[in-house]
Amino acid sequence: MRLLEYQSKKLLSGFGLIFTKPTVVESVQEAQAAVARIGLPAVLKAQVPFGGRGKAGAVKFAETVDAAVTAAKALLGVDLRGTKVNAISIEPKLDFDQALYVGIAWDTVEKSPIALLSLSGGVDVESSPADGLACRSFDPWVGLVPYQGRQMGAKIGLKGRTLVRVGDVLAKLSEAFIACDGVTMEINPMVVTANGELVGLDAHVEIEDDALYRQSEKLESLGELAPTVAGRPPTPLELEAQRIDAIDHRGVAGRVVEFDGALALLIGGGGASLTIFDAIQRHGGQPANYCEVGGNPTEEKVAALTALLLTKPGVKKMAVIMNVVNNTRADVIARGVIMGAEKAGKIPSEAISVFRVPGNWEREARDIMAAAGIEAHGREISLDEAARLAVERNLAHVA
Amino acid sequence: MLLDPEAGIVVQGITGREASRMVEDSLAYGSNIVAGVTPGKGGQCVHGVPVYDTVAAAADLHQPTVSVISVPAPAVLDAALEGFEAGVKLCLIMTERVPRLDTSKLLVAARRVGCTVIGPNSLGLIRPGVAKLGTIGGRVDNVRHSFTPGRVAILSRSGGMTTEIASFLTHRGIGQSIAIGVGGDAIIGSDFTDLIELLEDDPSTDAVVIYGEPGGTAEEQLAERLKKKPSRLHMTAFLSGWFVDDLEGVRFGHAAVIVEGGRGSIRGKVEALREAGVFIAETFEQLSEGTACG
Repeated sequence: MRLLEYQSKKLLSGFGLIFTKPTVVESVQEAQAAVARIGLPAVLKAQVPFGGRGKAGAVKFAETVDAAVTAAKALLGVDLRGTKVNAISIEPKLDFDQALYVGIAWDTVEKSPIALLSLSGGVDVESSPADGLACRSFDPWVGLVPYQGRQMGAKIGLKGRTLVRVGDVLAKLSEAFIACDGVTMEINPMVVTANGELVGLDAHVEIEDDALYRQSEKLESLGELAPTVAGRPPTPLELEAQRIDAIDHRGVAGRVVEFDGALALLIGGGGASLTIFDAIQRHGGQPANYCEVGGNPTEEKVAALTALLLTKPGVKKMAVIMNVVNNTRADVIARGVIMGAEKAGKIPSEAISVFRVPGNWEREARDIMAAAGIEAHGREISLDEAARLAVERNLAHVA
Repeated sequence: MLLDPEAGIVVQGITGREASRMVEDSLAYGSNIVAGVTPGKGGQCVHGVPVYDTVAAAADLHQPTVSVISVPAPAVLDAALEGFEAGVKLCLIMTERVPRLDTSKLLVAARRVGCTVIGPNSLGLIRPGVAKLGTIGGRVDNVRHSFTPGRVAILSRSGGMTTEIASFLTHRGIGQSIAIGVGGDAIIGSDFTDLIELLEDDPSTDAVVIYGEPGGTAEEQLAERLKKKPSRLHMTAFLSGWFVDDLEGVRFGHAAVIVEGGRGSIRGKVEALREAGVFIAETFEQLSEGTACG
């Protein structure tokens, strides 16, 4: 769960960290009033749940009220990577001597949280030179203590008051990271003001989705949370697949990603879906979709997903390929796809080009498919071979 | 070698539906399950296995040194710590969706007591013909169809693909010494690099098949380890998700980019493993080529 900038600042302020105070507005009139109150020059930032806002043109500076109004008009209502900008924050523009980057993330090698401190605060932290960057993983039971933060500060050459303050900032951020189940928490830039204060201009907080059950109280006070944005916005077909997957909690028949091709895929489990999709492409096939099926979904879910994929314009055939199933029942998949094909108004033996689901209840699945005039396969053909057959039979149809 | 057939196994969360089925299949396969624990349900029996309220009570009577954790995600940290205190030295965590913080915390405790952790989010591990831990392979007849004793180890980031790869090798007359679903999470107890260290000293293993996926740095880490210290084991890797490299941008935060250094793509992983002398099976069929020379 990625928080918006103003929410991130509010959450971290609760741990004693200092930020410029955002006024969040949703209209140009409110923006004008806010600028009049805050004073000039001002910074206007779109509140969208992803990084790289500076480069995306979502951050604007204004020296005059007119410029602020123009900037607010340019930002509000605009579509940024599929997300409509409903709110912008307005803050006074701050003068500063130095901009730092302060962050905490997970180190999958050490299997612990890791604190990061860099001299290159701003938009291109990733490419900061090694001597301007300090990293330190720390014990999740203890957190990062101030002296460890000061050691990091000393490593990148900080001195005096800034060094002492940076130790406190890192300790407080680590406290927040642990208390709130952080995935990533960044203050970037964190600027050193003329009187030596460390003030965060921007903050980015991502909370672990799997820990939301114990974070809801802290998050409730932050206002409406935006859905996480990853890549392009979902297509209507993907949204419908999400709806089908949510019909009930048993099993997965979803995680659909739409592609341009005409070969529909009902594939699973997780790793096998990746393997099968690769194999289809390697054999020259053009998939209509990616999906993941597993965890023993119900017949109804399988049928609904089958019908959805088979009614996509241009799709004539579907391949049903899964790894050796442990938990999922092959017979349930068999009944589901036949029901789904019929629901889509197709003849199952024509619509289903390959059925390869070995393992749990395989014999029953073979009988069900045979009754519908389809030869089912088990482990006698590999995932790769099944993918090759699917591509071949789809081409034969087109020809 | 992991999973000594003599070692007693305790199942934490044994009265759950999935755990109960897992116990039935594991017993039928020869696993030495001596006790189960579900707080508040002590005194019950699951497929003949006595249930206790605490791991300490189970330990007093049965001295298990292996634990399988199948409890809801919010209870995993607690269950793991309870097992460590009672003397568990090998702990399989099957539960999915365990918060990273809890995994990280329990791994600190595991290191302190010298316990090897597999998972979270792992279907388990199996020594074909000897014993299995977890639901790996499914029902016992399915397990016997898929796995066969031999000299190839399988280490896999996907539980389902562990069985699929074993089944493929079995079909071609290549048996397995051990197969481990390492777990699908970003932070896991034993990654490829940790497990290679164990297999290096295992006289029953000649070759290893690695199954990798996009994301994380497990494959790159393994490659770095192999470059520093070449292995006696014949290594083959099969990686899935090539198409994910070409999908349009999922932008990660700065922190992830700094920590992972731009690693995580399948092409990058394959290149690193190749440079480290690992045979890359580009198709499933090539898996048997790679392992046959082992």
